[in-house]
Amino acid sequence: METSIFKLKKFVPKAALLMALATGTMLQGCSKTEGGSAGATDSVSSDAATAVYVAPGKHDELYSFLSGGFNGQVSVYGLPSGRLLKIIPVFSQFPENGYGYSEESKAMLNTSHGFIPWDDLHHPKLSRTDGQTDGRWLFVNGNNTPRVARVDLKTFETVEIMEIPNSAGNHCSPYPTNNNEYVIAGTRFSVPLDMKGGTGDVSLEKYGEEFRGSISFIKIDPEHGDMDLDFQILVPGFDYDLANGGKGPSGDWVFFTTYNSEKAGTLKEVGASQNDKDYLAAINWKLAAKYAKEGKAREMPANYYHNKLDENSHIAKSTIKKKVRYLLPEDCPGMMYLLPAPKSPHGIDVDPSGEFMVVSGKLASAIPVFSFSKMQAAIKNKQFDGEKNGIPVLKYEAVLKGEVKEPGLGPLHTEFDGKGNAYTSMFVSSEVVKWKLNELKVVDRIPVFYSIGHLMIPGGDTKEPYGKYLVAMNKITKDRYLPTGPELAHSAQLIDISGEKMKMLLDFPTVAEPHYAQAILADKVAPKSTKFYKLDANSHPHAVKKEADVSVKREGKNVVRVKMTAIRSHMTPDNIEGIQVGDTVYFHVTNLEQDWDVPHGFAIMGANNAETLIMPGATQTLKWVAKKTGVYPFYCTDFCSALHQEMQGYIRVSPKGANVPISFSTGKKKPVPAVASTK
Amino acid sequence: MKTYQKILMIGAALSLGLLFLFPMWKIFLKAPQYPEGLELHIWVNKLGGSSESVLQNFNILNHYIGMKPIHANSFAELKFMPYIVIAFMITGVIAAFIGKRKIILAWTGMLMLGGAAGILDFYLWLVKFGTNLDPTAPIKVPGMTYVPPLLGSKTLLNFDALSLPALGSLGILLAVVLALTVYWLSGKTEKQLAAQSSKKVFAS
Repeated sequence: METSIFKLKKFVPKAALLMALATGTMLQGCSKTEGGSAGATDSVSSDAATAVYVAPGKHDELYSFLSGGFNGQVSVYGLPSGRLLKIIPVFSQFPENGYGYSEESKAMLNTSHGFIPWDDLHHPKLSRTDGQTDGRWLFVNGNNTPRVARVDLKTFETVEIMEIPNSAGNHCSPYPTNNNEYVIAGTRFSVPLDMKGGTGDVSLEKYGEEFRGSISFIKIDPEHGDMDLDFQILVPGFDYDLANGGKGPSGDWVFFTTYNSEKAGTLKEVGASQNDKDYLAAINWKLAAKYAKEGKAREMPANYYHNKLDENSHIAKSTIKKKVRYLLPEDCPGMMYLLPAPKSPHGIDVDPSGEFMVVSGKLASAIPVFSFSKMQAAIKNKQFDGEKNGIPVLKYEAVLKGEVKEPGLGPLHTEFDGKGNAYTSMFVSSEVVKWKLNELKVVDRIPVFYSIGHLMIPGGDTKEPYGKYLVAMNKITKDRYLPTGPELAHSAQLIDISGEKMKMLLDFPTVAEPHYAQAILADKVAPKSTKFYKLDANSHPHAVKKEADVSVKREGKNVVRVKMTAIRSHMTPDNIEGIQVGDTVYFHVTNLEQDWDVPHGFAIMGANNAETLIMPGATQTLKWVAKKTGVYPFYCTDFCSALHQEMQGYIRVSPKGANVPISFSTGKKKPVPAVASTK
Repeated sequence: MKTYQKILMIGAALSLGLLFLFPMWKIFLKAPQYPEGLELHIWVNKLGGSSESVLQNFNILNHYIGMKPIHANSFAELKFMPYIVIAFMITGVIAAFIGKRKIILAWTGMLMLGGAAGILDFYLWLVKFGTNLDPTAPIKVPGMTYVPPLLGSKTLLNFDALSLPALGSLGILLAVVLALTVYWLSGKTEKQLAAQSSKKVFAS
């Protein structure tokens, strides 16, 4: 068998030719079309405009959820229009609505390392029922400080964040099983676990002996979606890159790509690229859960945060978990196998039938496709090629269905259309390649601009893909849009995959860097969307449900609590006196509105904080410290009504120890003008 | 009076029960910002609408022009009207058992009078709310009043108001129509009886 390096060599002249061609076109492009990009009109279908046009007032066919990468958020786009519908803050503070700033939401960002206002959000995954997206929740990972979050798709709000212990670089995450039994998260960076909930003070020379990876199994409450870290599997110290769950016959399995089987601890770009083959790890999650249940799990001390938002009070609370259960593969026969895969594989994608596991080796020149039934047979017939840390390694030839030859350069990820085709993104040759799953033959290719990372077909990672569109998420934008200085938006491209040939439909800029995306038919989400919160259900301890109940009270020496209301177009109270320098004032603002799309905002001069945006029926709290004597205005920041500009008030700050009593009011009764008569 | 006529009369009395199942009147509001519309439903015993919080939303909009907030407990009618309806239902059934045409006619007349009084009362409330405006209201349009239409549509600033009787009122209409039918049918029956008896007289 040829080595992948050898194949790559054969490719080099071709790659050079491609590059030369690209440069040529670009130069030509510059001379011909002012302000256009290379390939601006190449392969754009003539009916593209009508295909993506969603008339004013009409709705998109699909919701798509694009991760924001280094902005720690999720962006929601309508498809096929590419219109941005919402940004959901998850791991990052969001001054726009006060997420991570308000007293209620701050706890969402607590970790064992303290408050962390940022993370690197890579992979969104929709919850599933019977192997299909069900539109209930979206799970996302935080890569940097390992966390998994859950977004509720009734409210499009982050409702839960769980820190993952014994993990570093939570990249291989989060992967839901076919009925949300578990969400699975693997570590990208192996670390020297001290088995006490932290990492040890270990010489970096000892990577090979001391470093380990972990794969976490988070149990999901079938009704409410609440997460609970059930157990972890401690695995050899490779880098665990990506994962994908089986389906149908392989439904009990989940597959992980690994690289750095060399266990290099430095200059990994070289050190981790030495072995001709790394591994695809296959774990039988059902068996793992069974082993954990049957007492094979050991327990170790841990220290990790679990933050949850209460549905009715809208208050996030943190709990600190102090232990974690773990399994060792060597104790659990039949639970884990390694499949050799061409060097440093990246994407692993299981086709809708559950039979084929497609591994995209970013440095390999062919795409190997593994067969699940062959894997089962190889396990049965013990076709092993030794073992690694007590984990049997299966023979490459015994589990391979075949290879897709000369697919392009730099294959990263594959999705499926449910019609027997697979689509693989090619980072280096900057294209999407369509190939037949059965014949392993390339049938079409389309250039994308530039250097595609992930690609996504709605449901393309599930049992039933919706094979109409494909979204390409490109890492490099360059000349695709009007220039905006050195920092450019990343680019997404919508491709029509309904026919034989792929057709380019649309470019749209994205917010930060999408690594992956999910999409779902709007009908599965839109009808359940919350319009406003019921005031009656608001259980916030400082909520006031009618204007007559508002209060301003001094609590202790330096704390004042203002329980106020907002309704079009005034705040109650809007005149507050008796505050003293040094007081910490908590403004608990309840939005009394019970109508759709009437949020009120609250901001006060000098607040070392963001505003807070309060949805109808909810209560949010802004903390403010009175630093100097004087009068400070506060106001509604969301244009709520014709008299929004009038929705404001004042708070008076007196010197410390002043004898100004606390008083508050709204709209003192003024004498009625004499001219008007009441009938 | 024949049995089927009595049953029809009981039907007339019971059809008033629709007033407890459906609103009497509906006011629809539509504005550019309310593509989904706002509906105020007037029942015999309560106020309701297209959503739970419709009254609050009506009042928020109305307060800009200085209209007094609408609350169910400011209408004594909502407390005593149900008893009147129940009284009509009981007396209607009694009238059916008695089976006297004149009583039925009197019952129908009273019911029509009651219905008319109800509509008049409703109209007076509309005028009161629409004209009795707070002089300190933020929005004052000289000469403008905000009396919603009693029946049909009218434009009030950015709102198109449409007012229509609803299924509950149909109950009253049905009661009146059925009772009048009974009155008319029983009249024919009496004539036939009279004719038959006179024939008998001649025959004997």
